Amino acid sequence: MKLTHVQVWVHDQDEALAFYTDKLGMELREDVTVPEMGNFRWLSVGIPGQDVSITLMAIPGPPVFDDETRESINKLLAKGASGGLFFATDDAQKSYDELKDRGVEFTQEPTEQPYGIDAGFRDASGNHFRLAQRA
Amino acid sequence: MTPVPPERHLLRAKDVVDARFREPLDVPALAQAAYLSPAHFSREFRRAFGETPHQYLLTRRLERAAALLRNTDRSVAEICFMVGLRSVGSFTTSFRRVYGVTPTAYRAAHPPIERAQIPTCVVQAYARPRSSSFREDSTAA
Repeated sequence: MKLTHVQVWVHDQDEALAFYTDKLGMELREDVTVPEMGNFRWLSVGIPGQDVSITLMAIPGPPVFDDETRESINKLLAKGASGGLFFATDDAQKSYDELKDRGVEFTQEPTEQPYGIDAGFRDASGNHFRLAQRA
Repeated sequence: MTPVPPERHLLRAKDVVDARFREPLDVPALAQAAYLSPAHFSREFRRAFGETPHQYLLTRRLERAAALLRNTDRSVAEICFMVGLRSVGSFTTSFRRVYGVTPTAYRAAHPPIERAQIPTCVVQAYARPRSSSFREDSTAA
């Protein structure tokens, strides 16, 4: 068994795709829209050279979720309560500088921690990411 | 384009607290980060996160102060200023109200310990004291 996809809720798939590719430097892996599934769009990206994909999932309404559930997820996401992903880098400062230059919204600059150097950022939806250079 | 939920702007203000609590931040500055008037901002922030922005800022500062007391040899006064508070008296009062002991007693009771390498952002999120457990000291911030 191995991990192939990790799902991230996003509040707008086009905006998310631009963010994950243009700003984070990921590659588009899959982009399939299925008319018989209410135009469900399976959209995934990944880091070049690494085989795990991130599925950028729009928050569905009926028949998947009722309006109240959709609205709750939408709010949780915007409040930063939907979890996060952890990335590793060989050089936190360099990665930070590059991402910052491309307009990524950092919540924390590279900071020395007992386990290495660690920074934090968010996507436009509110998902939280850490970027760590392990000691 | 799907409209951005208003909570996303409130989250930005919360992030500003976590990133810049060492600076002389106040509610009007945070309101600006959320594109709202200070009064409206405080109400909306509380509705979204269950506590006022002032409470969030103060408890973030106290949580970081507690970490510095545990992990460094800095004096209480130094730590007070390091976390963005300006009055050592108010700091000690607020700290005692939240942790039940003075900063000096807290330090004596909590020597640094080797732990699993849990990311500091996780520690920060989980170790922040609940603001419902104390009355706000308006002079503390």
